[in-house]
Amino acid sequence: MVTIEIDGISLSVDASKTIIQVADEAGVDIPRFCYHKKLSVAANCRMCLVEVAGARSALPACATLVSEGMQIHTQSTVARNAQRAVMEFLLINHPLDCPICDQGGECELQDMSMGYGAGISRFSERKRVVPDKNIGPLIQTDMTRCIHCTRCVRFGQEIAGIKELGATGRGEHMEIGTYVEHSLISELSGNIIDLCPVGALTSKPFRYKARAWEMTAHPSVAPHDAVGSNIEVHVRRNEVMRVVPRDNEALNESWISDRDRFSYLGLNHPERCLKPLIKIHGQWQETDWQTALEFAVEGLKSVKAKNGPEQIAGLISPTATTEEAYLFQKWLRGLGTDNIDHRLRQQDFVDDACDYSLQDWDLSALSRSDTIVMLGCSIRSEQPIIAHRIRQANTRGAAVFDINFVGHELFMSDVHQHVVSPVAMMQMLSGIVKSLLPLAKDIDTSDWLPLLSERTPTAAEQNVAMQLSNANESVILLGELLEQHPQGAKYRKLASLISRLTGAKLVWLPKANSVGHWQAGAIPSPKASKAIPLNALSMWQQSCRAYVLFNVEPELDCVNPVLAMSSLQHASFVVQINNFVTQQMQSYADVILPLAAFTETSGTFISINKKWQSFTGAVAAKGDSRPGWKILRVLGNISRLSDFDYVSSEDVLSTLKTELRIQPHGEQQTYLPEDLQLEQGLTYIAEVPSYRCDSLVRRSSALQNTPEMQELTTVKIHPELAQKLDLQDGQQVLLSQHEQQHALELKLDETVARDCVYLQATTSVSAQLGAAMTRVDIKPAGSLT
Amino acid sequence: MTDMQVTGPAEQLFNEQLRHRLDSWIVKYPVNQSRSALIPCMHLIQDANGGWLSEDLLKALAVYLDLPFISVMEVATFYTMFELSPVGKHKISVCTNISCQLNGSEAIVEHLQQRLGVKLGETTDDGKFTLREVECLGACCGAPMLLLDKQYHEFLTPEKVDELLEGIK
Repeated sequence: MVTIEIDGISLSVDASKTIIQVADEAGVDIPRFCYHKKLSVAANCRMCLVEVAGARSALPACATLVSEGMQIHTQSTVARNAQRAVMEFLLINHPLDCPICDQGGECELQDMSMGYGAGISRFSERKRVVPDKNIGPLIQTDMTRCIHCTRCVRFGQEIAGIKELGATGRGEHMEIGTYVEHSLISELSGNIIDLCPVGALTSKPFRYKARAWEMTAHPSVAPHDAVGSNIEVHVRRNEVMRVVPRDNEALNESWISDRDRFSYLGLNHPERCLKPLIKIHGQWQETDWQTALEFAVEGLKSVKAKNGPEQIAGLISPTATTEEAYLFQKWLRGLGTDNIDHRLRQQDFVDDACDYSLQDWDLSALSRSDTIVMLGCSIRSEQPIIAHRIRQANTRGAAVFDINFVGHELFMSDVHQHVVSPVAMMQMLSGIVKSLLPLAKDIDTSDWLPLLSERTPTAAEQNVAMQLSNANESVILLGELLEQHPQGAKYRKLASLISRLTGAKLVWLPKANSVGHWQAGAIPSPKASKAIPLNALSMWQQSCRAYVLFNVEPELDCVNPVLAMSSLQHASFVVQINNFVTQQMQSYADVILPLAAFTETSGTFISINKKWQSFTGAVAAKGDSRPGWKILRVLGNISRLSDFDYVSSEDVLSTLKTELRIQPHGEQQTYLPEDLQLEQGLTYIAEVPSYRCDSLVRRSSALQNTPEMQELTTVKIHPELAQKLDLQDGQQVLLSQHEQQHALELKLDETVARDCVYLQATTSVSAQLGAAMTRVDIKPAGSLT
Repeated sequence: MTDMQVTGPAEQLFNEQLRHRLDSWIVKYPVNQSRSALIPCMHLIQDANGGWLSEDLLKALAVYLDLPFISVMEVATFYTMFELSPVGKHKISVCTNISCQLNGSEAIVEHLQQRLGVKLGETTDDGKFTLREVECLGACCGAPMLLLDKQYHEFLTPEKVDELLEGIK
């Protein structure tokens, strides 16, 4: 600790800090452009020059460490003159086109020039002009405005893990760009919009839409992944104009993913459902809420009367709020059914009774970890902010193992990547367990011994085992591809055993608000009736008579689209409560209730670190749509259920807080797999692309225009498999699964495991296929057999 | 030079002889700091490629040194000694910075332009010379000066320039 003085205020501060950090903490304002608390210090804009007593000239506050007895003046003549001179230099080439600049009104340069700039310019020469670059559908560039602070360059290098932007040329010819024009591929790229202190990088979809001072900011929480990134929704005249991050050190720090930033564009999609719809004699008609709600309850009651309550099944999207999930299950349980689930893409439920949830784990623990093992996890698309945390750990030197069926670029250095088939992954996990057995002192592993193969663990397996057991803090992350696997429990139990043997934390990455859904009881657990409740898969397999879908598009969101759609077609009554209305919905549903989107409702998301984050609506619900909790409350009222007189979502929240987390129905608390065998043959790897994960994201035009969304319907296999099957790159192939067949274009891709066929899920093509992660066959299109 | 491989795994890029010379620079720096070897490597590749660096070669170098492509381009575009398009067999870089200018570099430039029949920044039709204007090369004591390929020539007069050009004909 050292004692310093800033503008006459005496402070005792940490000697490892810079003047600007100390000043920020003390609330002393120092102007800056290139400095950012989350980025390395560049000290190239010189705006933060301050006077330090005894120094020969003004010093950059961002790059000068404090020292004992330092006397700093931020407002002295020396400091002010230095700042004014820098400002004059910065404005030499800046176009001053504020009236047509999107940054106008929230521009750091504009504000600074008000504070530190001269009223007139002494510069009468011609200003330079820099051509704009096309860096993709999300970010607009106006490079003439750039002041070369290099925040965007450092962001790419240090946070996103991929340096796509750089400063080329020298002196007057220096430009920020990609040199060879291409779209930025980082899933966090939108953050450079906020970082840019001027209008050089602005939001493309938001361009010319609104002025900063016309909008009101509403704090909210992003619903697309389990991080629950804190966001601010900017609203003008009851329209969401844009979404920007809100700092939260425990979760998203200062960043949000592009998905959270641009999903709002889906709010005004033409498919938005604006009126309650009911189908009478095969004809869809708009109606009022009362009629629609009564119609829904009547329909379900008649199924209940005719077929029994266990013929009613309810599925809810994990993007729904905790309050919605709570009322959804409460209403359906009130009707007498326990067939309730939110785990739309899970296929194996035998280990349902095993509790995988962690009590004390948060994202900062992840950044601190020494060893991170990811299993079947495409982390950059599943949970972009968690990918960033892993990158932080990696930068600190953590060993990162990525064991998956497809190899994605992680933008981290020295990742141990193992692209394996499902069978090989099982072998690998049992190999890891085998290498750990000698360490198992207090843990009884006798049950497992007969299951593990005779094979000696490979060097790679021993390496994972060693890194996990030697780490002070380590974590095993289970991803979506593993969750989808029909034998997922075998993997989970092996991973859980590894975690017990090594002390590594096991984190089954939740989807969106699924932590909240567990808390709210949106899982099949026998509470309302004695019947064995149906889960998200068995309710399709058993083909129920009635379904209630809450913001679910089964042909896209569910793991077995064909099965789901056929069960829906055979059902006698289907209630769809959704943000959107599609032709598919109209083909199977009987009533469609327009649901308010997350920006239009109040509620609570529970993030991966178990933090309850409540938010309120930023805008009024669109059209006649209503917040989910209100719809469900009235459905409860019309169904004449008791305890359904909530007047606000806070009411719902306080009730659900008093109820304990329930455990789903399961055979045995300590499930042990009978064997570790898997079906042989090619496996259909159906991965959910980043920007297809929920109904709102799927309808965000800008996200759909990104380069990574352009190859959605291409089948990919490893070149070696292609050679074995005599298939060529670019050829039309027939993908077949049971009775379903589909002709698609083939692309050879070395990043796909050898016994796998990769096709992205949640597309119009995958909607016509069956279960993910099961057997699939591939042959040239047009062949006879 | 067309016998250089620019795609594929790092250990197959360029050609064996060049790889050997690149490696001799890379090993001079600590592991994971291959970035330090960037400038010498670019010189080697430029010399091996007839005096200029193509985008493909720079991409290959980025792979070889495990650097982002844009980091390589930042350096390549910063220094005037790296050529990003084909140049003549010999490169004449005349300093026109202040010391040389005060000592008559304008006359030297004028003479060179007339003699070679090209303007600054251009290459003669026979592909023999490229004429360039550069900023201070740190030889003010010998102003006016020029750099012919890798050799400084100082205290220039139009006659001395003629002699110089004759010498490499």
